[in-house]
Amino acid sequence: MKYKITPGRVIFLIIDVIILLLVAFVCVAPIIHIIMGSISSPEKLNVYTKLIFRPLGKVDLTPYRIILKYKKLWMAYRNTLIYIVSTCALTAVLTSIAGYVFSRKRMFMRNFFMLLISFTMLFNGGMIPTYIIIRKIGLVDTPYSMIIPGALSVFNIILMRTSMQNVPQELEEAARIDGATDIKVLFHVILPLCKATFAVIMLFTAVAKWNDYFSALLYLPNKQQYYPLQMVLREILITTTSDITNTQSLQNSATMYKKAIEYACIVVSTLPILCIYPFVQKYFVTGMTLGAVKS
Amino acid sequence: MAEINKKGKKKTDKKQYRGYIVGKHAFFHNLWVDIRRNKVLYIFLVIILVYFGIFHYAPMVGLVMAFEKFTPIKGFFGSKWIGLQNFRQFFTGPYIGRLIKNTVIIGVLDLLVNFPAPIIFALLLNEIRLKAFKRSVQTISYMPYFISSVVAMGLVVGFTKSGGFISEWVARMTGGSSQNLLNSSKWFRPIYILSGTWQSVGYGSIIYLAALSSVDQELYDAAKVDGAGRVRQCLHVTIPGITPMIIMMFIMRMGMVFSVGADKILLLYNASNYDVSDVINTYVYRVGMLDSNFGLATAVGLFNSIIGTIMLMTSNFILKKTTEVSMF
Repeated sequence: MKYKITPGRVIFLIIDVIILLLVAFVCVAPIIHIIMGSISSPEKLNVYTKLIFRPLGKVDLTPYRIILKYKKLWMAYRNTLIYIVSTCALTAVLTSIAGYVFSRKRMFMRNFFMLLISFTMLFNGGMIPTYIIIRKIGLVDTPYSMIIPGALSVFNIILMRTSMQNVPQELEEAARIDGATDIKVLFHVILPLCKATFAVIMLFTAVAKWNDYFSALLYLPNKQQYYPLQMVLREILITTTSDITNTQSLQNSATMYKKAIEYACIVVSTLPILCIYPFVQKYFVTGMTLGAVKS
Repeated sequence: MAEINKKGKKKTDKKQYRGYIVGKHAFFHNLWVDIRRNKVLYIFLVIILVYFGIFHYAPMVGLVMAFEKFTPIKGFFGSKWIGLQNFRQFFTGPYIGRLIKNTVIIGVLDLLVNFPAPIIFALLLNEIRLKAFKRSVQTISYMPYFISSVVAMGLVVGFTKSGGFISEWVARMTGGSSQNLLNSSKWFRPIYILSGTWQSVGYGSIIYLAALSSVDQELYDAAKVDGAGRVRQCLHVTIPGITPMIIMMFIMRMGMVFSVGADKILLLYNASNYDVSDVINTYVYRVGMLDSNFGLATAVGLFNSIIGTIMLMTSNFILKKTTEVSMF
């Protein structure tokens, strides 16, 4: 395709590119600032009031050495990874069987049950009653409260059901003639054909769990040892109640390194995800489009 | 039920539906036959129903707390029934005006700013023909979405406190001295809304870019033959092409204006900006979780979810009327 190049067009394109570059800059600048700030010399970092694009003064890795010894952060890191893996596993099983049940035409009153479940999207008990129920069944202050309550969502069920409905009926019938049970049909015939949807659901679940601090705030009031990473980061960055700056190794220089330590914590907790996401980006695009088409 | 009876009546297909009967007690008999035949399916169904029963329907039963002086030891049905007193306390209390005002203002501002932003971004990006540039800008703009709320709000807190670069920048622009911006009621809302823009503009544009790429190329060619320039092509082909998507997304978001979440605000607010930052959900959290006044918190939460449900249903109704798609 050829476009006639007029002066107006050129001016528009220049402005367009400038705006886009500006957006990209705004998106990436704070991230560079944090990375560079975390390895800057603390004296300069503490008095510098602009964005940082290269290390200030001599590169100083002390903050990383300090947080390496900060057990609580690594425990929380491990907890978050455990929560993500367990939640994903539970979500995988529950969403698959729910999608299977609600996509089978022979299922008794399936539309009624689907309606019953969809209703919870429209109206729910809310924060406090949910908390009371979770406390009643004994999940509060246990790691299970981080895994079970959010594992099954209506939205995921709908995605899965739609995807499973599109698998040709004949495949199931063929498998049945070969003597396959429901479990075999689901896990060996239907699920492998819904890989894309499955991957999208797993990805969204994992990211949601990674970001989640609020359920820990509600359901883990007294158990710091079960805190996910985001709760510990909240202590360090927001409520500043963390004891990291009081660790034995730096009584004298504690306040000096405070800001650099905060930055270093952000780097170790965020950089891994930022490195992974370009590779899974395309699944997000699929997921967003899937969701929009369905809803 | 209808399905089974229908199958029962199909006498021609005896082999497949053997065991089903027609008649007075056919329903339970046929259900039993169906259960035995599809054991696994019913087990699956029971698991799902139990899950939703515990985590979604039981809390709805728990809403009776709104009408009680609830104490956890006595439970939902043992606590003292006080009728509408919790609601009366909220509606005549000092906070209701502030809470509703803040919830609506933050919800509406968020809609007005953060709804069009990704659309404009997508349109600007769409004009670029250079694939490599387009892709890099896109990838970079998704990045903030992958930074967790805690870290993102941590950055905001750091940047806007005295000595942070945004605070310094504002001080230079307005000629004052650097101060903690979050402590002033003037700055909380812009900070909250714009931090949302930063987090979601790139990610939100994904859906519009997908819609843009599916606009029929022939329409552009036709427009060109008719002598339309780029501007008119944009106005008459591109924008009409994504209008259904825009309408759909707008109505969906409109339904959620009243449900401003607590989690992000909880990270940003402090006692000195409550007058502009305290929304219904943060109030519910404070009253319920921090003061353990479960009855009052449930009442306020119930009030909020009833309005939220009405909004959602209205927006869904409008959506059905205008675009023939619906959320449920």
